Amino acid sequence: MAATEPDAPHIALDGVRMAFDDRPVFDGLSCAFPRGRISVILGGSGCGKTTVLRLVAGLVRPLAGRILVDGEDVAQLDERELVRVRSSIGMLFQGGALLDSLTVFDNLAFPVRERTDLPEPEIARTVASRLQAVGLHGVDDLLPGQLSGGMLRRAALARAIVLSPKILLCDEPFSGLDPISVKRIELLLARLNRRLGITIVVVSHHIASTVRLADRVLLLLPDGAVSGAPEELKASPDRDIAGFFDEDLDESLEPEPVGGATSSVEGRP
Amino acid sequence: MSGVAGAVRELGYRSLVVVAQLGSLLVFAGAIVRAFAAPPYRLRRWAEEIFNLGVLSLVIICVSGLAVGMVLGLQGYNTLVRFGAESSLGAVVGLSLIRELGPVLSALLVTGRAGSATAAEIASMVTTEQIDGLRMMSVDPIEIVVMPKASAMLFVMPVLSTLFILFGIGGAYVIGVHLMGLDAGIFLSSLTSAVRFSDDVVGSLVKGLIFGALIGLIATFRGYHARPTSAGVSSATTSTVVITSVAILITDYFVTALWGFQI
Repeated sequence: MAATEPDAPHIALDGVRMAFDDRPVFDGLSCAFPRGRISVILGGSGCGKTTVLRLVAGLVRPLAGRILVDGEDVAQLDERELVRVRSSIGMLFQGGALLDSLTVFDNLAFPVRERTDLPEPEIARTVASRLQAVGLHGVDDLLPGQLSGGMLRRAALARAIVLSPKILLCDEPFSGLDPISVKRIELLLARLNRRLGITIVVVSHHIASTVRLADRVLLLLPDGAVSGAPEELKASPDRDIAGFFDEDLDESLEPEPVGGATSSVEGRP
Repeated sequence: MSGVAGAVRELGYRSLVVVAQLGSLLVFAGAIVRAFAAPPYRLRRWAEEIFNLGVLSLVIICVSGLAVGMVLGLQGYNTLVRFGAESSLGAVVGLSLIRELGPVLSALLVTGRAGSATAAEIASMVTTEQIDGLRMMSVDPIEIVVMPKASAMLFVMPVLSTLFILFGIGGAYVIGVHLMGLDAGIFLSSLTSAVRFSDDVVGSLVKGLIFGALIGLIATFRGYHARPTSAGVSSATTSTVVITSVAILITDYFVTALWGFQI
């Protein structure tokens, strides 16, 4: 029963080679995401962070290597067999991927209607409980286009967890959100992990959230990947690795204003 | 010599791409047929698509049919009167519309209105990851998005083509009888005696069905395989109109030839 022990790999990539057209993305990537933990994937733009999630979900196939989800190699499964594996995976896409012609309620009810035989009153209760879990009220009849970015992300998160998945994959859940929305989604993910024991894999550029949220970090670098606890990587002597955790990096790279003058809060009238 | 070798290599590569695309199109068509044949049948989604693709195309089809019929009536009468054959106006207009112009022009109009909209809608769903979202919910996008659109197109096209023909004949009747003074009885008897149901009308409906299948298949295929970018949506829409229009014109020749006319 080692596979169900905490920290045993729930998802593992083994020698994965991947390319889009002629552009290689990975060449022999191996990594693991422990069961019941929150793992965050970091890396530069275009290094293949989202591709890792899409490989795990079976949305793209590797050129070589194994992708083990609960011990089953999803790279070898056909679309019909993947249905079974995906029933245990929820995915929060970067743009939400809510069906834009359906209301928020129907978006959440859709997978329940499709995948279960629950009666409508039960479906309504399930949807209401998930919307409550993500802190959304009074949005049932709104279309996705009528929601703010933070609300859209939370509605998409509610849909991702509506069938109580064992694994939750989140693609850039914090991008483009204000600090309050970031914090709110961060808390939601932490709560889902703590209360339900869901294995969560997050792709993010948001270093502060990563440090607060992650049990494990997978850092994708041009010449390979390293993984460890956020504190371990932050303390790494390798500047390429530790540099990723420098939260002041963005500010230090800000261009100086024209003329070299800087205004300060103190200088304001 | 290297130039020739390069050209041959390029030709070979492009041929392989075309063959791969055709193979992919056939597999896609097979998936649509499989989704159509197997439950759940999703009649509500189908009815919605009938409305979107068929009912919303009614105005353009009827207005265009009327205009084409009026032009045919005017041109036909002025040409036939030179040979003293204006009494054949009903036959000329009827046969032209039923055999060729009705199915072909209505198919081209539907390609521009509904085919492009179908490709753009599906391509947008690809770009915004809604198609992947459906797959992650263990729902087959072919079954829920593609099949209702493609099968609705198959159903609405013969109906729209028939409407185009009826409005066209109506337009020619108005011009020939009310403007040019042709006897209404002569116009109608010429029309009914020239048109054969088994050849002309059935052939016209068969063309409508085939063109509907072509529009539905190509529009959904191009949309479904669009690159997930704004340019990808635009390219899917444009290529749907171009490829479908050419396919309709080429297919029309072969259907006409095979339906009993000389090649």
